[in-house]
Amino acid sequence: MNLSVQTAPATDGETRVDLATTPLRELNGALHKLAADTNQTLWTIANPAGRHAIAAGLDAPITVEIDGPVGYYCAGMNKKARVIVHGNAGVGVAENMMSGLIHVKGDASQAAGATAHGGLLIIDGNASARCGISMKGIDIVVKGSIGHMSAFMAQAGTLTVLGDAGEALGDSLYEAKLFVRGSVASLGADCIEKEMREEHKALLASKLEAAGLLGEVDIAEFRRYGSARTLYHFHVDNVSSY
Amino acid sequence: MTDHSNTPRTAPQTLPRASATFDDYTLSEIRRAAATGIYDIRGGGAKRRVPHFDDLLFLGASMSRYPLEGYREKCSTEVLLGTRFAKKPIQLKIPITIAGMSFGSLSANAKEALGRGASAMGTSTTTGDGGMTNEERGHSTQLVYQYLPSRYGMNPDDLKRADAIEVVVGQGAKPGGGGMLLGQKITERVAGMRTLPVGIDQRSACRHPDWTGPDDLEIKIEELREITDWEKPIYVKVGAARPYYDTALAVKSGADVVVVDGMQGGTAATQEIFIEHVGIPTLAAVRQAVKALQDLGMHRKVQLIVSGGIRNGADVAKALALGADAVAIGTAALVALGDNDPHYAAEYAALGTRPGAYDDWHEGRDPAGITTQDPELMKRLDPIAAGRRLANYLAVLTLECQTIARACGKSHVHNLEPEDLVALTIEAAAMANVPLAGTDWIPGRNGGF
Repeated sequence: MNLSVQTAPATDGETRVDLATTPLRELNGALHKLAADTNQTLWTIANPAGRHAIAAGLDAPITVEIDGPVGYYCAGMNKKARVIVHGNAGVGVAENMMSGLIHVKGDASQAAGATAHGGLLIIDGNASARCGISMKGIDIVVKGSIGHMSAFMAQAGTLTVLGDAGEALGDSLYEAKLFVRGSVASLGADCIEKEMREEHKALLASKLEAAGLLGEVDIAEFRRYGSARTLYHFHVDNVSSY
Repeated sequence: MTDHSNTPRTAPQTLPRASATFDDYTLSEIRRAAATGIYDIRGGGAKRRVPHFDDLLFLGASMSRYPLEGYREKCSTEVLLGTRFAKKPIQLKIPITIAGMSFGSLSANAKEALGRGASAMGTSTTTGDGGMTNEERGHSTQLVYQYLPSRYGMNPDDLKRADAIEVVVGQGAKPGGGGMLLGQKITERVAGMRTLPVGIDQRSACRHPDWTGPDDLEIKIEELREITDWEKPIYVKVGAARPYYDTALAVKSGADVVVVDGMQGGTAATQEIFIEHVGIPTLAAVRQAVKALQDLGMHRKVQLIVSGGIRNGADVAKALALGADAVAIGTAALVALGDNDPHYAAEYAALGTRPGAYDDWHEGRDPAGITTQDPELMKRLDPIAAGRRLANYLAVLTLECQTIARACGKSHVHNLEPEDLVALTIEAAAMANVPLAGTDWIPGRNGGF
């Protein structure tokens, strides 16, 4: 690799980049040039120091390990890649992800997984407000709790929360499925608790398994929330809901 | 005996007098609201009379200015957009672009026709809410990809195959408002692109889900640049509300191009009351936006596109003279395709309206096959013929603009300047910061913006 600073050569398939000395543009540009069959499949990033847009726009089956906290939009619009953040993540981690895996080992700020179409986002800690806002097919698993207005206008995908959910969960929800093990401060407009049938338990189990949690938590402790679908067609009788 | 009293046998009556305040339209709206309990939704932009480019005049050449020869001397029209940061700026042959309009609100044939017409004239089209279709990418040699609050259909592949990215903060018809695409237009294809159930009334968000304010926007733009390797020009589009500050903040956020859309700019569907009462006219917005760029030393470095009520080459020339780099057209482009055509008068009548007044674009019953997803209605619009009409119209706008520029002695349409203009009304003089015709008076010249 032609990175200006590289602490280890790419001979073992691992490429190490120190963002204290390598410009972010250089890193992202190098990651974008990777072919689908690249043998540089493991990248470790040192000293992220909260920089924004680290590993944004990836489109290759690689693993990127980031040793420290990241700023806004880490791994935004990710396709295919596995991005592991060994620290906290700023606003909009995994925003608009299409596929792949993003694993935040710490907490995540607002709008985690916003508008994302696919892939899996795992947050070991808590996620702040608007987690999964406008999500369009992503699976999100939060081991801690989530903030207010999470899954606002969520269209598709699943949001699984092992802890508690803040106020107005699932406001104006479309077809996304929400599973919460702890308490829910309040439900947003048109979001209701729904029966947890066998197919939903199976769906939840598959998401927990993908996050490495199957067998570690009791599926029976979760409750399911979804759209009442009363706001799908604009009607004057519903104006008090808006 | 003669009756000399002054009392006529039948007392004369005054004529029936309608209220100027409660005019016929207002009364009909009150009755409609009382019957339905819901506000009126329609397409298009503000219909009321507001100060506009018609209130300005060009002075042309005279003793102290000499003109260029029509049909002979060159008057250039090309525009370069995105020169601030983008590695690959957009080069347009004419200073007129096609504004963002979605597949969903418009039929696939209409989108194709827009692409064909614009491409024939060397200019760009713009996607809308709902994502990019292969048809519009295929038929638009230069395509601007809108980045909207809903992010319907947003994906990195389309971002990378776009020629520019337009971050939409607002639009002139409804600054601060979102949208509602009614279920009649949410066909299987439209729903699939938006990841929504077929046939539901689909809400478009009014603000972005993962950023708030100019500080965040700066970071969002940085992300978009990183994803696209700093190749694409990034526009920021705002509805005309506080254009001085909005333009300044867009520049601060890192925009290559600022798009300011006045209240005459159209929408696919919004409340009538919103369209007519929120936001300011295009004329009032241009000068403030230009002033912001000038104050920052960024005029011509960050390009300005103005839209909202552009109809002819004079409007184009006036916008450029006030300092814009290009204009965008939406409503006029649809009319060029065939929207509101008298050919369909009987069908408009059946819908309770008439050609020129049809604005229920959200209902999907457009007889012209433009603002619909109905397969049978769509077939009525031949995208090749409609594209040709649009190209013709764009050619006329360009020729008209050049005609005026040559008359003012300009060898490039960008050389038009406020000094070439006067105003017909005090309001227009104040808004455009040009003298009232026949005077050297510019109202408010030394105060405010």
